[in-house]
Amino acid sequence: MNTTAQTSRRDFLKTTAITSGGLLMGVPLLTFGDAQAAGTLHTPSAWVHNADDNTITLLSARSEMGQGVYTSMPMLIAEELNVDIRRVKVAIAAPDAKLYGNALLGGTQLTGGSTSVRDGWENLRVAGAQVREMLISAAAARWNVDRSELKAENGTVLGPNGKKATYGELAEAASKMPLPVKVSIKDPKDFRIVGKRTKRLDTPAKVNGSAEFGIDVKLPGMVYAALEQCPVIGGTVKSVDAARAKSMPGVIEVVQIPDGVAVVADSWWRANQARKALAIVWDEGAGATLNDKAMLEGIRAASKSGRPLPIKAVGDAPAAIAASNRVVRAEYVSQLLSHSPLEPMNFTASYANGKMLLIGPTQWQDGAQGAVAKAIDMKPEDIGVQTTFLGGGFGRRIDLDFIVQAAQISKAIGKPVKLVWSREDDMTHDFYRPQSVHQLAASLGADGKPTAMTFRLTSQSVTGRVFGLPNEVPDDLMMEAAVAPYAIPAIHHDAIKHDAGLRVGYWRSVSHLLNAFANESFVDELAKEAGQDPYQYRMAMLAGQPRFANVLKLAMDKAASRPLPAGHARGIALMEGYDTYMAQVAEVSLDASGAVRVHRVTVAADPGRMVNPDTVEAQIQSSVVFGMGAALMQEITLDKGRVQQTNFHQFPVVRMSEAPAIDIILVESTEKPGGIGEPATAVIVPAIANAVATLTGKRVRKLPITADAIKAA
Amino acid sequence: MATLNVNGKDLAVDADPSTPILWALRDTLGMTGTKFGCGQALCGACTVHLNGAPIRSCVTPISAATGQKITTIEAMASDRVGKAVQDAWVKHDVVQCGYCQSGQVMSATALLKTNRKPTDADIDAAMAGNICRCGTYARIRSAIKDAATQLA
Repeated sequence: MNTTAQTSRRDFLKTTAITSGGLLMGVPLLTFGDAQAAGTLHTPSAWVHNADDNTITLLSARSEMGQGVYTSMPMLIAEELNVDIRRVKVAIAAPDAKLYGNALLGGTQLTGGSTSVRDGWENLRVAGAQVREMLISAAAARWNVDRSELKAENGTVLGPNGKKATYGELAEAASKMPLPVKVSIKDPKDFRIVGKRTKRLDTPAKVNGSAEFGIDVKLPGMVYAALEQCPVIGGTVKSVDAARAKSMPGVIEVVQIPDGVAVVADSWWRANQARKALAIVWDEGAGATLNDKAMLEGIRAASKSGRPLPIKAVGDAPAAIAASNRVVRAEYVSQLLSHSPLEPMNFTASYANGKMLLIGPTQWQDGAQGAVAKAIDMKPEDIGVQTTFLGGGFGRRIDLDFIVQAAQISKAIGKPVKLVWSREDDMTHDFYRPQSVHQLAASLGADGKPTAMTFRLTSQSVTGRVFGLPNEVPDDLMMEAAVAPYAIPAIHHDAIKHDAGLRVGYWRSVSHLLNAFANESFVDELAKEAGQDPYQYRMAMLAGQPRFANVLKLAMDKAASRPLPAGHARGIALMEGYDTYMAQVAEVSLDASGAVRVHRVTVAADPGRMVNPDTVEAQIQSSVVFGMGAALMQEITLDKGRVQQTNFHQFPVVRMSEAPAIDIILVESTEKPGGIGEPATAVIVPAIANAVATLTGKRVRKLPITADAIKAA
Repeated sequence: MATLNVNGKDLAVDADPSTPILWALRDTLGMTGTKFGCGQALCGACTVHLNGAPIRSCVTPISAATGQKITTIEAMASDRVGKAVQDAWVKHDVVQCGYCQSGQVMSATALLKTNRKPTDADIDAAMAGNICRCGTYARIRSAIKDAATQLA
């Protein structure tokens, strides 16, 4: 980290954010590497910070957790501002939901739901255009010429008779111009940046070790904390004997906070060593009896006794199925999962003189500010939040527990402190992807196609836990991808919420995975019952769904263009999620131990308009590998309320030798942009399940599809 | 007070002999390019070179490194092979969240220092200890092969 950035942090709390007339003034920014503007910063808008040394900082209101917003958000602004994307600096915005809220997520400043590009698609181009017009107005005033004689190109305003001025030279004057209410933005055919393969702006810093993640934050006088939490999530401290821990080398203080006991030392290693010497008696609380098998049985029981919330109904599907003599029924089960981003949870907090500065990796800036304000009784405006790079998010960093903990420790000791969780802490104190049970049924007509279908999902509502959505209100995020696109005359889809007792969280693709696993496994089972080819079977039911039919055909044609080796089988699946249409073909075999090996995955995606096609490809590659882990090898289990998996030997992650070849076909489209950070995570799971069923003749309906599960099927 | 040779410099480290190299680098010496991922040699984020060979610094105590040469990600730009690997990583835009990539670069560099024409199986073996939760493996593989070509 460079010195200017440190200075800006110290000064952060001395400055005041004033918003007036759309102008955001005087907010120092956390930027990375040498990106801190050295000149005087002028701030024509909340999105573009021009400095008079000709540096231009474009803001990303969304956190960079690998998905590429550090590049794609600036691309959208730069397109209209007419600057070279390689010459801008990037900063992640401070909390201000009025300016940076995510309209697709209720206006809160949250990165998630594959929304960044969809939310920013128009807003950011308008923001770039507004600043461009302000710069032109400033130049027009300076040269006393009409605005129509000027144009802004490549960081410079050009006028008649060779007049020119850089954006930096115009920065101060432009910042005083009124923000134009109406601006014209480019027709997409004129795009010079958006839609072009663009190198990520964060790559150089991430290959030389200089990129700053939360765990790398350093503040003057900072100390380190390790936190012992109850092995049963939600348990509290009854009593603690810290005498031995306090006597260990480097230990500065031992602090009790609501979630446990923190050891503060002069290095994290010493803090964590001393933590092992704490003698704590816990009140394990209501979670002490939880085990995953009983939780699953509870969900299954609730699927019969709970209150169904409607998803979609057409015709009278239950009656049609009751009257049919050709009915297929199946139950699908998804497992508990941890997020396990590679950077363990951590945050740095610095409390002094009634102000709190929080620095670290979060997906939810105003959430962090609000949660800390509530937890330690401060005003939100006295709490600053600076967002570093995130070493993975996947939904885990929407939750705020570790931020509140860091703040509580810092307030207690009156020093800057970096709280770092161990991997074991991270895996055993997650907000887990909930278990689910799906009960599906369909009647088949004479042509083998479904005449009616029912679908019931029973699972825990994450939105209920995170946002307090009342139990009787349908959780839209449980219902995504619940209705498959197939033409079926009568359907009846509903969902039952059941709190199984463990805290749950949004996990990459959320319910898309649960629902797509059930729906796309089931349609393969229907095809098998009908004695039909799964591809043709689907195609026949997609007549009115051109975007689905297109991606399915593209993926299948590409996959089928290669010979299928003996002992291999293919499985297909499709889904719409986040406005992206996608089909995948997975090619699998079994290894000597009976475990599934995925050789090749062919993906056809129609995500609408793309900002950075290379990032779209990267996110598909990422999601396929991420979803593979969930499909084949990962499961969190509980015994006596304790999560049984503590590290990567028990919660395996796909490794190099297991990663498949991935062929990707991107559909050029003028449709509105779709999200791409998540959907492929869901689609790969049923594609693998279907391939395994074709290969082995055995249908595994419970995740993960391990060697044992296949043998037992 | 131990002395560690890091990237060619002898540095005094005020830490207990059992302290893992990782934490001496990060907290004592302030070199945070080397990452903490698991603490059990299961993820490879902490990979550094000890006398040129890749090791997991999260489980290797500083007492085991006395008088030996530790090389970290911070020195790769000035290493011919390391630089070629970094350049290939940039060319293929390998990174996503980037947290594992210091370790990936260190493992790949160690591979290419001993094997200038690695096969897919060689790459699988050399990179087996490095988890990428973002799943950038396909690009890592391409980048390693590209770096090998550049070094040939």
